[in-house]
Amino acid sequence: MEQLHKDPTSPNQRVSVLPVVPVNIGRRWFMRYVGVTAAGGVLLSSCAQENLNPITGPGETSMRGGRAGDVVDLGSGDIGVLNYAYALEQAELRFLELVLDTRYDGMSAKEFQVFKDLRDQEITHVDFFEAVLGSFAIPKLTLDYSSVNFRNRDSVLTTARNFADLATAAYNGAGQLLTDANNLATAGKIVSVEARHASVIRELIAPGSTYFAGDDVVDPATGLDPAKMPAEVLPVAQQFIKEIISASRLPMA
Amino acid sequence: MNLQNILNEIEQVDSEVYDRLKHVSRRNMFSMFAKKAASVAAPTLLASALNKAYAQSDVVVDVLNFALTLEYLEAEFYNVGMDTPGLITNLDRNVFGQLQKHENAHVNLLKSVLGSRAVAKPRFDFTAKGAFPDVFRNFRTYALLSQAFEDTGVRAYKGQAPRLIMDDPILTTALRIHSVEARHAARVRELRGLKGWITGNESGGAPPAVYAGEEAVTHLEVSSLIPGVPYSASTEAWDETLSKEDVLRIVTPFLA
Repeated sequence: MEQLHKDPTSPNQRVSVLPVVPVNIGRRWFMRYVGVTAAGGVLLSSCAQENLNPITGPGETSMRGGRAGDVVDLGSGDIGVLNYAYALEQAELRFLELVLDTRYDGMSAKEFQVFKDLRDQEITHVDFFEAVLGSFAIPKLTLDYSSVNFRNRDSVLTTARNFADLATAAYNGAGQLLTDANNLATAGKIVSVEARHASVIRELIAPGSTYFAGDDVVDPATGLDPAKMPAEVLPVAQQFIKEIISASRLPMA
Repeated sequence: MNLQNILNEIEQVDSEVYDRLKHVSRRNMFSMFAKKAASVAAPTLLASALNKAYAQSDVVVDVLNFALTLEYLEAEFYNVGMDTPGLITNLDRNVFGQLQKHENAHVNLLKSVLGSRAVAKPRFDFTAKGAFPDVFRNFRTYALLSQAFEDTGVRAYKGQAPRLIMDDPILTTALRIHSVEARHAARVRELRGLKGWITGNESGGAPPAVYAGEEAVTHLEVSSLIPGVPYSASTEAWDETLSKEDVLRIVTPFLA
């Protein structure tokens, strides 16, 4: 665990060291639901005692911002999977904030309401992961959407569709990586909302058609949405993330 | 058709079942499955891989038969609706035709996975004993029930997913159906003039039981009530589960 930084509270240090190991885990719910006992044990066992950091409480690290070029380690076990979801949700939320900041030419009142709803809903997802991961959370990521033309409806809708489809497939693939039934149940409560987003965005792109659950995404022979693994999802998300996301310790299917 | 019998065994899951299943080597199973799936025709292969996966577990069979029963209901609902002259017109046929295609695919998939252990298709009464007498004459009623079935389906799969946690291929397949049901639900809701997502426990005219509990704003003890975020969004962002008992209470009136 040489990645662990000795003093994560120093304002000058890089945050390429996360997740750090909390010395004191004070939130029973966290232990119960996120399986921190098992995951923490793994982390602790692989760390020299002198590398343990005097973290004062959950959430502190997640208040910190990441910086371009930092390596952000998602971690292992269920925590790693939840950080993976947290990274995707952060990326999605920032995109939606920028959509609302710019408002593409010809955005209808309905379209504005859809994007506002999506933005507000994703705020609760991001906030959830930040809270539930506590001091295990990856930092706030630095996101770069310079490749998106936010004035252009097609560019925005295409990116929005890609994000919603990707998030749906990512959650579908990640379910099997979770070992705690409560985490799985909770991820299930998010994924169907991501799928609703995908359906609604697709309807904006091709109204009155089959595109909301089109043959391009839902296999017409099986009626199944895709399930994608982190190795397939992260390179897509990475193009918008300035930090380097490391999934090397994520569980494998 | 005794749904309760199908499902009773699910309740009897105990730690021994899970301990036993731990030896199934679910990771290996999925890897093998994923590699093959990339190169071979999907439906047949999927069924064969899933067959191997579920062979050890009565729990999985029961969950899949529960799912199959709901899929039978949806598939027949769309088959009848699409075949009823004048009921579904114009662009709406795109929507319901797609739903019909997917629900029939789900039926076929689940039946092929279950093989001889698949439950038979029940007989349905889509008027729900007269509660919706014009279901196949009035498009508004038809669309209302479509929304109710799709949103119920989303909640039903979501509620069963944790029971499949020891069986990766089956779990993943269930999740892949689950998100398609959510795409359907969102589209039908919009078609009815509602938002694609569920606000509070608003039922939009459907039986209230379909949306009971959807107003939840606490998940893993974290509140989704956040300053600056409307209450509506705090509920819309999270779809909630239904237990199989709750699903059965909703569905039973539609069994003949």
